[in-house]
Amino acid sequence: MTKINANDVRKVAKLARLELSDDLIETYTLQLEKILEYVAQLEKIDTKNIPPTTRAVEVINAFRDDISQNTNIREELIDLAPHREGDFFRVPKILSE
Amino acid sequence: MLQMSETNPNWEAVIGLETHVQLGTDSKIFTSASTSFGDEPNTHIDPVVCGLPGTLPVLNKKVLEYAVKASMALNLTVAEHSKFDRKQYFYPDLPKNYQISQFDEPIAENGWIEVEVAEKGKETYIKKIGIERLHMEEDAGKLVHAGSDRLAGSTHSLVDFNRAGVALAEIVSKPDLRTGREAAEYASEIRRIMRYLGVSDGNMQEGSLRCDVNISVRRGPDAPFGTKVEIKNMNSFSAIQKACDYEINRQIKAYETGLVVKQETRLWDEGKQLTKSMRSKEGSSDYRYFPDPDLGPIEVKIDLREKWRSELPELPAAKRHRYAEEYGLSAYDSRVLTDEYSMAKYFEAVVLAGADPKSASNWITGDISAFLKVKKQDFTNFPFLPEELAEMIQLINDGKISGKIAKEILPELSEKGGSPQKMINEKGLGMITDIDVISPMIDELLGTFPKEVSAFRDGKNKLLGFFIGQLMKKTDGKVDPKLANQILNQKLRG
Repeated sequence: MTKINANDVRKVAKLARLELSDDLIETYTLQLEKILEYVAQLEKIDTKNIPPTTRAVEVINAFRDDISQNTNIREELIDLAPHREGDFFRVPKILSE
Repeated sequence: MLQMSETNPNWEAVIGLETHVQLGTDSKIFTSASTSFGDEPNTHIDPVVCGLPGTLPVLNKKVLEYAVKASMALNLTVAEHSKFDRKQYFYPDLPKNYQISQFDEPIAENGWIEVEVAEKGKETYIKKIGIERLHMEEDAGKLVHAGSDRLAGSTHSLVDFNRAGVALAEIVSKPDLRTGREAAEYASEIRRIMRYLGVSDGNMQEGSLRCDVNISVRRGPDAPFGTKVEIKNMNSFSAIQKACDYEINRQIKAYETGLVVKQETRLWDEGKQLTKSMRSKEGSSDYRYFPDPDLGPIEVKIDLREKWRSELPELPAAKRHRYAEEYGLSAYDSRVLTDEYSMAKYFEAVVLAGADPKSASNWITGDISAFLKVKKQDFTNFPFLPEELAEMIQLINDGKISGKIAKEILPELSEKGGSPQKMINEKGLGMITDIDVISPMIDELLGTFPKEVSAFRDGKNKLLGFFIGQLMKKTDGKVDPKLANQILNQKLRG
């Protein structure tokens, strides 16, 4: 049976760049465990003869031709960002790789 | 071939390369934004590039074609079934916070290439280098660090997504390389193959070809592997070689003085010619790959694969062997001629037009290459056509012009092209091969130097050279030297 502990939650939070207090870690551990339990019901289904799949509709070889096109919405796209500087997206000081 | 560290015979270096090759398609891997290099920042962006919600990436078929062709050229087995995965990490050059890449089902696996390792003053040898895999992925954007020329000390950063989403083929070698030279030769052979295929320009300065090196040292070939260090930031083949050699020595020295070699990423500093620590690899690099639900799987059917295979050109290693065997050229000449596809193609056309391979090779790798180098051009649009060079070589072999005259007319021919025969006719440069013309010239010459004539007849044979020299001086070197020699001999001895 799936069991998730506080350390798992801390790791996931770190990977998602979320800073969580110990209280929240506890809350999410309980919540996540419930979610996992709920999903775990699926394990009861016999999938022995069903091939694994990663998507609902299995479309094989969906391609497009190599034609370049300009959408001309550069300004709108840059403006969507929280901060712009000239034609660049501006991001805060990068602390670590 | 077993190669121990050159500076220290007790140690062996183990090197593997990860090479990122930008595939030269017009549009990006999953969207129609342009891949054009060097434009204003964020010119080539669209909702897919920026990873906006609701957008759907669709694979560019040309990217698949190029990746499959590259795979076949590297003797890899092309997968019957392949898929894309998401590699999760946070960095501002990555708009979606994940990179679409291929994890456990790459487009191709398990190949090899043949590398010719040549180094001044050492014996050239051929080595087979294994290739683990080739997979397709998207490139990231570019960061400009503001307030400082480096990340450290910058106040904020600026992002340009022009490069984000450009198609890459990542080629992972097996850890079969043992010296910096081998690593550099491997990388340059990869680039040569990609250029022959026309799938990438391989321009290292513009970042179309980037190499990361994994390197460790151990006490001999049977010892367990040492700690692996990754080196980045080399933008030439000689930098790859120097960075490897530096790092091999650094690691050996560390072990021998009882220091620890940390698992880390180091940067090659071209100015200082050394590697320096970038950051230790923390355990946090957990990419949590999973299949990208936006992109369906790829199945390259046999007939499509074989159609692409039939379009592959003869590759550099095959050409090197053939030039040596079929044309009797030296390993060195074969290597030089096949370095660039356009030169190899030109050479073959000259030979096809009837020139002997050795002369063709000499002119192409010698005077013509020097001319093109000055002009910063290659053989692609060279105006002096292969048939015309073949004609010039024929004129020399027939004794109609001397090699000296050929060298004189070559710059103009290289500039404008045209028939060498026509040019020597127009300029009156043809060699004088008519006995009835040469004979009276020699009579006149001998009449001018009676003292030398009698000296020769008294046994000063060396004076023959003097007469030939005088004759050439008078005629601007246009008299057929062989014929002149014959006639002179006859007249002096007769």
